[in-house]
Amino acid sequence: MSRPDLFTRDRNWHPPQYDPGYKSTVLRSPRRNLISLEKGGEGELTGPVFGHQILDELDNDLIRNYATDGDAIGERIVVHGQVLDQNAKPQPGVLLEVWQANAGGRYRHVVDGYVAPLDPNFGGCGRCITDDEGRYFFRTIRPGPYPWRNNGCEWRPAHIHISIFGHAFTQRLVTQLYFEGDPLIPLCPILNTITDPAAVDMLIARLDMENQKVFDSLAYRFDMVLRGQRSTYFENRPQGN
Amino acid sequence: MPVKYLKETPSQTAGPYVHIGMLPAVAGLKVRTQEKPWITGLKGETIVIEGTVYDGDREPVRDAVLEIWQADGKGKFDGGYAGFARAASDLKTGLYRFETVKPGGFTWHDGRMQAPHVTVYIFARGINMHLHTRLYFSDEEKANAEDPVLRMLPSQAARDSLVACVDPAAKEKTYRFDIVLQGERETAFFDV
Repeated sequence: MSRPDLFTRDRNWHPPQYDPGYKSTVLRSPRRNLISLEKGGEGELTGPVFGHQILDELDNDLIRNYATDGDAIGERIVVHGQVLDQNAKPQPGVLLEVWQANAGGRYRHVVDGYVAPLDPNFGGCGRCITDDEGRYFFRTIRPGPYPWRNNGCEWRPAHIHISIFGHAFTQRLVTQLYFEGDPLIPLCPILNTITDPAAVDMLIARLDMENQKVFDSLAYRFDMVLRGQRSTYFENRPQGN
Repeated sequence: MPVKYLKETPSQTAGPYVHIGMLPAVAGLKVRTQEKPWITGLKGETIVIEGTVYDGDREPVRDAVLEIWQADGKGKFDGGYAGFARAASDLKTGLYRFETVKPGGFTWHDGRMQAPHVTVYIFARGINMHLHTRLYFSDEEKANAEDPVLRMLPSQAARDSLVACVDPAAKEKTYRFDIVLQGERETAFFDV
């Protein structure tokens, strides 16, 4: 079966695998060239399709989805936006998964030993599926910054991890959302693995006063762009199918 | 000036806490809808795929998350998510494990037959953009020799890096697939 191929991924726009400023990349980055397949086949251009049946009612409400006796502590925010492809075509029905630290900068994870306390009412994990216009939203608390070992002690800006599936498995993307105005943004070695300031700018969610939930939550807008689908004109079909 | 299209949202590492969002049970969070995300829902001959991801010092990467996407035993892709599974490297040993079926072969975009294979993505701290590889099977020698993608690879070592070997000692039919991120015996990774 023939399917429209995707735009070539711009590897200079994405962060390089090797960047000694972010030490963990040094031993985890391949040294050989990636093998370009030039064009995807069915295995690359199909991908898992997740329906709403996989979602629980509170999956996009991180203030309540792991709460036991009250709401999670922190600045209440709504994060929303639209998922487009590079042709500006909305991407409906795609799964987003998010994870983040709590308001004190601590993750609910067996390997995180940061001194900030856990919040018994916060798990830090959520999911949603985009609607017919590619729009999504989730409610959470603004995560705190936290220190990590890199070049001595460095601090991560507040951020939310986002995993997203497109329609083709090769549209798959995992990234991080940052918050407009955070003074730690220019200091972050992980964000600075990206060299183009315009690319960094795409990862910064904007304060959206118009879409606040009044007397409840501030809103941030974060649109995302997945790889575009190439137009198909003439198909070469050596086997005549 | 050439036509301008939107730029893709840039990638960032999945980081060390990736499990919270992608495999909450591994992080110690209560399990949600999908209880056994490392098992695909496909029909075919049941197999186990297991292995370890190694870094440039040949140390196991203990915080990787792997995703697979594959066809069923007849080489057909499921319209839902049955062909998808996700597993974490064990936080202590580094071993990952999938339960799936042996996929059938299916055609490449140019009509040539591809050998049975599984698409594998690797996410981890220190990986700025997930890595994409393919797993082939050691007991498909003839199909592998004719596979259009394996034939594109620059060396026999690169081809060998993608072939999972039958583990003769295992009780269930098991293929061992180690992934080497860097250095000698580095796995071949794709840009598709």
